[in-house]
Amino acid sequence: MHPWGKWGKPFVEYGVKAAREALADAGVEWREVQFVAGANTIRNGYPGHVSGATFAQALGWNGCQISSNYAACASGSMAIASARNRIMAGLCDVALVVGADTTPKGFLAPTGGDRPDDPDWLRFRLQGVTNPAYFAFYARRRMELYGMTDADLAQVKVKNAKAGAQNPYARYRKEFTLEDVQQSPMVADPLRLLHICATSDGGAALVLCSREYAEKKGLANTVRIRAVSTATPTYPSTHLEMPDLATDSAAVVPPPERPFRSAVVYAAYEEAGIGPEDVDVAEVYDLSSAMELDWIEQAGLCGEGEAEHLLRNGDTAIGGRIPVNPSGGLGAFGEAVPAQAIAQVCELTWQLRGQAGPRQVEGAKVGVTANQGLFGHGSSVIVSV
Amino acid sequence: MSKTKVAAKDGWFTLDEAAPALIGSRCNGCGTYAFPAEQVYCKNPACDSESFEQVELSRSGRIWSYTNACYQPPAPYIPTTDPFEPFALAAVELEAEKLIVIGQMTPDVSVEDLKIGMPVELVLDVGWEDDEHQYMVWRWKRAG
Repeated sequence: MHPWGKWGKPFVEYGVKAAREALADAGVEWREVQFVAGANTIRNGYPGHVSGATFAQALGWNGCQISSNYAACASGSMAIASARNRIMAGLCDVALVVGADTTPKGFLAPTGGDRPDDPDWLRFRLQGVTNPAYFAFYARRRMELYGMTDADLAQVKVKNAKAGAQNPYARYRKEFTLEDVQQSPMVADPLRLLHICATSDGGAALVLCSREYAEKKGLANTVRIRAVSTATPTYPSTHLEMPDLATDSAAVVPPPERPFRSAVVYAAYEEAGIGPEDVDVAEVYDLSSAMELDWIEQAGLCGEGEAEHLLRNGDTAIGGRIPVNPSGGLGAFGEAVPAQAIAQVCELTWQLRGQAGPRQVEGAKVGVTANQGLFGHGSSVIVSV
Repeated sequence: MSKTKVAAKDGWFTLDEAAPALIGSRCNGCGTYAFPAEQVYCKNPACDSESFEQVELSRSGRIWSYTNACYQPPAPYIPTTDPFEPFALAAVELEAEKLIVIGQMTPDVSVEDLKIGMPVELVLDVGWEDDEHQYMVWRWKRAG
């Protein structure tokens, strides 16, 4: 990985640094890599849209096959899926997955120009609905339905900041007290500045290979990707999702048994042939502190409305029953969109190899990631020893 | 000279200022509603219909959730006041259509006034203007 921050350099530099580090860690030469899967940024012009080629060129053209993937926050998982599918199809033995971004300051906003048919443009123009406004709608529901408090929201941040302070790749490495968080300015009631993830620069990369390749090369300390899910919602999707101003209608067709986010994760469990009870560690998309609590339930790590109980018990902290976001999560990283889903898998890899140092979840053997972005994109990856 | 009022997004709502309504669609095949109105293919995967009736959606509903914008949203949002004044936002559930629609609340209420389940109704307001036009948008207003 390249450390997250606000470095203001070209995104390619972060991606290449992460890629070189991943190759060195794996003990694989760049010239051996047969496939590069890039995760695209939308913010950095044409090259960002063809990230596979951009990263391959920056590493030095080696004649490999490439793909470039865009799926909002799930772009990184889509790149992982692209590389994994090619390996599983027997079309290549070793692949490199890279995602990196350089972001502007402040709210994420649509790219420039008038686009009155683009739902992402319309929600800003017509009603001024930012991403944190959606996160706040979900948070207010949690308060109403499950009794989440301002102190719970702050506790998620305190927990994740403590973990992030131990992570050399995290952007924010400062610990916070409950009071610090509760006194930070309100952005979208009930969410405060320190409940909402920032936008960051960063890069992450993974080397994927077939089991045969790993054995032949004698690669040590590998982990297995057991499942990658990028499932869509099932109609009618009755939960408000960015960037839409309205949900589907449930007047004629009843809502599906599994709403979108839980469907994404359960599709991964099904592919891996495991269940949430088998999970030792989770990296979930805490776009806001409240969404960490939502995801804990949506990933089946506890029942609906029970996540606050886990949090208050310390169950989701490092050393607890089911640690969540031992990397520090988005709260400590800020979002570098195309890199984020890859970074989640990097953290699980270190956790499963026992290399996470002071953040180590003792004895972790199975990890799950969950993430979600705009336009019905979400992903979940399951990794095991 | 008074400015001409036009919809900020054509075809999304009526300009009847006394009783405005969002314009949605009802599928002639399966009967499902959609907002904005479906134009081409029904989104119900079990329905092949390409034929829709335009319908005015319920003018009132209940707050599903709410929040506010303490900071000015970025472009393409056009602020209505300078300096920026925070506004409240509501996601409102329409009972008959069983769907949720987001809108700004009218400026007379702040986030502290809102509760989940509170009844609201649709009104029109000026979103922004130029030399000749007022571009109208929908807002939710506390009912009663």
